[in-house]
Amino acid sequence: MAYRTPLARVRGLGSAKSGPEHFWLQRLTAVANLILVAFLIWLVVGLIGADHATVKRTLAQPYYAVPLLLLVLSGVVHMRLGMQTIIEDYVHSEGRKVAALMLNLFFCALVGLTCAFAVLKLSFGA
Amino acid sequence: MAEARHTVERPLSPHLSIYARQINMVMSIVHRLTGAALYFGTLLLAAWLIAAAMGEAPFALVSAVFAHPIGMLVLFGYTWALAHHMLGGVRHLIWDTGRGLQIRQVDVLCWLTVFGSAALTLAIWAAVLLEGGR
Repeated sequence: MAYRTPLARVRGLGSAKSGPEHFWLQRLTAVANLILVAFLIWLVVGLIGADHATVKRTLAQPYYAVPLLLLVLSGVVHMRLGMQTIIEDYVHSEGRKVAALMLNLFFCALVGLTCAFAVLKLSFGA
Repeated sequence: MAEARHTVERPLSPHLSIYARQINMVMSIVHRLTGAALYFGTLLLAAWLIAAAMGEAPFALVSAVFAHPIGMLVLFGYTWALAHHMLGGVRHLIWDTGRGLQIRQVDVLCWLTVFGSAALTLAIWAAVLLEGGR
């Protein structure tokens, strides 16, 4: 817009003091998830009925473990942003909203780190 | 956010219940619902991965739960939610570029989400059953 100073335009920041990170990160992780979820479905379908040793050996391979870690990262970021929008739409009391947003982050961090830990343990663990 | 205290009943703008149902509105609601379901559904993936990392016995337990008819029903629902949310997400990415916003195009894209997600879910489960039968 012509109303903005060149410096403000360069920084990409409006009066809210922050830019469209939420919107952009939601789209960015959406595109990443498209590819990574397709990979996950293909991986899981291929492991249907496989015994523990096979699953363990497969998931320990770098070309499965690395996309899995990427999926976990992209997935939980997308989850956190989406749930944040839902909370902000429906929870109007300030205290409950803050509590819900905290729980949202805790849940996503827990799920993300649990999955990442499991993948890394399968790769490096005994 | 200012929290206004209403002492008089003011007229409210019309909400969901007042409008005739349209496919884009149903898709919007279902997109949000599937998103919320997938949010908690990630616990299934976490359970599978952590069980595999913990050892043979926990992995056998989680596998048995997933292979149980109820477990399979949950996974089937999870697959559909995933397919629906993915295709709905693609629709939103198309709309983000400013394309496909004519009413006719909106309707077509929304119905594509409905039928596409059903087809995708069935295709994935056909592959699951083929793989499981080997």
